[in-house]
Amino acid sequence: MDPNRLLRKSNTEWWLAPFGRMHVPGILFASEELVRAMDDKVLEQVANVAGLPGIVRASFAMPDAHRGYGFPIGGVAAFSQAAGGVISAGGVGFDISCGVRTLRTGLSIDEVEPRRAALADALFRTVPCGVGSTGPLRLSASELDDLMLSGARWSVQKGFGRAVDLETIEEEGVMAGAEPAAVSPEAKKRQRDQLGTLGSGNHYLEVQEVVEVFAPEIAAAYQLRAGEVVVSIHCGSRGLGHQIGTDYLKSMLAEAGRHGIELPERELACAPIDSSLGQRYLGAMRAAMNCAMANRQVIAHLVRETFSEIFPSAELTLLYDVSHNTCKEEEHEVDGQMCRLFVHRKGATRAFGPGHRALPAVYRSVGQPVLVGGSMGTASYVLAGTTGGMGRAFGSAVHGAGRSLSRHEATRRWKGRAVVDALAGHGILIRSPSLRGVAEEAPGAYKDVGAVVDAAEQAGLARKVARLRPLVCVKG
Amino acid sequence: MRASLHMLPVRRHASGSAGTYPTKAKDMQHTLPRWEHFDHPSDIGVRGLGRSRDEAFAQAAQALTAVMTDPARVLARENVRVACQAPDDEMLLVEWLNAVIYEMATRKMIFGRFTVVCQGMHLDGEMAGERIDVTRHQPAVEVKAATVSCLRVACDGAGVWTAECVVDV
Repeated sequence: MDPNRLLRKSNTEWWLAPFGRMHVPGILFASEELVRAMDDKVLEQVANVAGLPGIVRASFAMPDAHRGYGFPIGGVAAFSQAAGGVISAGGVGFDISCGVRTLRTGLSIDEVEPRRAALADALFRTVPCGVGSTGPLRLSASELDDLMLSGARWSVQKGFGRAVDLETIEEEGVMAGAEPAAVSPEAKKRQRDQLGTLGSGNHYLEVQEVVEVFAPEIAAAYQLRAGEVVVSIHCGSRGLGHQIGTDYLKSMLAEAGRHGIELPERELACAPIDSSLGQRYLGAMRAAMNCAMANRQVIAHLVRETFSEIFPSAELTLLYDVSHNTCKEEEHEVDGQMCRLFVHRKGATRAFGPGHRALPAVYRSVGQPVLVGGSMGTASYVLAGTTGGMGRAFGSAVHGAGRSLSRHEATRRWKGRAVVDALAGHGILIRSPSLRGVAEEAPGAYKDVGAVVDAAEQAGLARKVARLRPLVCVKG
Repeated sequence: MRASLHMLPVRRHASGSAGTYPTKAKDMQHTLPRWEHFDHPSDIGVRGLGRSRDEAFAQAAQALTAVMTDPARVLARENVRVACQAPDDEMLLVEWLNAVIYEMATRKMIFGRFTVVCQGMHLDGEMAGERIDVTRHQPAVEVKAATVSCLRVACDGAGVWTAECVVDV
């Protein structure tokens, strides 16, 4: 993307003035280098989102933005119900509530290193991953309905984890307002045996070492210390969310005309928040959010079981669980007034700053953890929400590195076995059912996650707390 | 103009041979039906080409399988039938591919052969495949959904039908 198409407000803030159907400006947070690396389609999508009814303040793109479906991935937009605002299935995506959960192990790198290969093998055996995998449970219809209402709390009640885990999950593990009746029988059938599975593609389970601490006071609150080992789980609502996205995208396309919504692209399919369809989608999407949190809770339990076999004294505690494909009703200040808004974050992480009442008490003084995934070979980061960030993009920040090469280009450049061997040479053990899948996810196919988080920090979206180095990656 | 980038084929298969990409209409007819993939920054595009809409739709499904594995590795042990309908050709393609994705996800199967018969905007499809065998199929990635991105169903002046869209993986 040519930065000259934008008005440069600072080194990391770029504005697209409203034109055509845009109701609000587009605002990109990124360094010039990251802007130059973005696809032109990102700007087109930012502008299209800015033209949706009821959008408030601006259509935002995070530093890791890339081309998505309707909304850019790395897109943030808030809508006012009172102003005829919309909810968009495309703005949440097919992988509803995909997110990251990070667990502290209390183990040092010196303790883990001698058993690392055994740990990698055991995690690969224990945590179901890849195409066609099934989880440890086959849910009845009533169990699935309960899960969709109760999220991670359901998993804890079934023995997967501890009640204390819920304290450090967004929404305390339960998204209110879920409506299982708004979820199709097909979506429910698709999920019946997928609870506790990682999935495939860019989903992963990583054992990581905290290699650098940037903000010692926040790291202390997060109980992160250099040289200690953590585990991160990246996955979402599995088949349930995929089918809900499919079902409602179709319904919203069919009904758009009836609501007087003109769509510049079909992928922007949306419905007024106060319409019957909009409310049904909200109920179904929240059910999928609960499914995602329940799923990561079950996987965390499987990880704990695996660690206890190899490191009997290990005590895995939950740092945080945060989703990055959501729409949430939140209160934000707009023009000096507090407003209730429906904030879409597509490939963007909520990043609430210190003092926010939605944060767990243990993190309220320092801001929420923002978990940013890298790729198999590069670093992941823990950031913290900031007070200033609340006014930048409704308390939102980056979610990951973002792809720089297509899957085909990745398989053209790299072979899966060579990637596995090269990463082993760098001390990173890969376990995956598919070598082609590994090649498609080669680290070189991703942007520089360090540049992305630096830009997020410079833009005031979030603050760097710690850098994590991968030791083991189980890839679906 | 970068918008045309996604139109370039990146992986293709023609019945009988996978030779060079034909550019003349006459050559196109000789290598039909066939499927291709086209590039997308984070996901992948599937394209079916045929002498009829039915053939193009069946080939698009073959391209869908090829996102996960080599269709030649899939044995035709079991047949599954689906039916769907839509208001127009393009949404019918999305419906069809999503029906295939749904059957794969719920049956834990992968399909290697597809037959499509459309009557107006109603589609009857039959697919043959087997349960996923991770060792033999080495499935690269799970397909979440067929999308309306880069969605196109069209017949050119030479009678070649194209059915294509991006699938989310």
